[in-house]
Amino acid sequence: MLHTVNKSPMQTNDLASCLAHLGDGRLLLIEDGVYGAIAGTGAAKQLAAPASEGRVYVLGPDLEARGVDQSTVADGVQVVDYNGFVRLVAEHGPHQAWV
Amino acid sequence: MSDEFEDDFPGEVKRFMFVNRKAPHGTIYALESLEVVLISAAFDQDVSLAFLDDGVFQLRKGQNANVLEMKNFAPTYRALEGYDIEKLYVERESLEERGMTTDDLVVPVEVVDRARMTALMAEQEVVMSF
Amino acid sequence: MRFGILINEGPYQHQASDSAYLFTKAALEEGHEVPRIFFYMDGVNNATRLQEPQQDDRNIVRRWSQLAETHGIDLVVCVAAALRRGIKDEVLAPGFRISGLGQLVEIGIQADRLVTFGD
Repeated sequence: MLHTVNKSPMQTNDLASCLAHLGDGRLLLIEDGVYGAIAGTGAAKQLAAPASEGRVYVLGPDLEARGVDQSTVADGVQVVDYNGFVRLVAEHGPHQAWV
Repeated sequence: MSDEFEDDFPGEVKRFMFVNRKAPHGTIYALESLEVVLISAAFDQDVSLAFLDDGVFQLRKGQNANVLEMKNFAPTYRALEGYDIEKLYVERESLEERGMTTDDLVVPVEVVDRARMTALMAEQEVVMSF
Repeated sequence: MRFGILINEGPYQHQASDSAYLFTKAALEEGHEVPRIFFYMDGVNNATRLQEPQQDDRNIVRRWSQLAETHGIDLVVCVAAALRRGIKDEVLAPGFRISGLGQLVEIGIQADRLVTFGD
């Protein structure tokens, strides 16, 4: 399963709930969800375990639009573009949106 | 109309899960999720409904949205059985966090813990969440 | 692969339609098929040709029409959601059509992946 979270973890529990149900699935942060990828935040600690296993991704264009430099992204979180988003859905789908 | 749809996909059955995580009435998502569930019954798919986080409030007894001049759709969950939609999973942790038990729900459900809910989600082929 | 796309939010208010557009373009670039995009709830507001964005902004509705024409995508608008928001046949932008929710379930069955963009 490829899960996406599109809300800031400081605003809603979507990321926390997604991580609690991630199992061996993969997580992509998009839209306002990308704020969860910033190193040193509480959210980054929550996703550290799956990130260390290479199962957490963040959408680069959404980072750039929001002024979040890729160098500030937490360890293990991989930056992908929209083509990468498509490949994640293709390889690890179905897709579940935590909206 | 449903017969016409069914004939288009003879024998093709997918595991569909409708994931409900939002409270009703404040926004339209709970009602619109239920609308798709009802339509999906015509396609003879393997349909299940998951209620977790604030989605468990959708099943709370005693709702009367008519006072808001809105559609009071909570009783419709009781009608799902008549459409052969019988897999309603409610997450135990979500209920407990909200001070609720199965006695507070409008319809019989299967209460599952978070680990079981995770496993059920992972089994799906199509996930619809609104 | 065949991708179905579900869009549940209106244009300009929420990023959902923009994200869905960029995803769809990338999916086509990657050699996938996108046979149908379904617009539900406030997402039906993506379908009106009456919208007039300012000159310096993107034209979300026209982008969908052009993508649909180039790649033969079926843009389906939920009838119940559309009518209650004043979206009718006479205001539809090119490439859009109004139909029932069965079209959403159908693409869920037919496509290899259903990708949802919502609030």
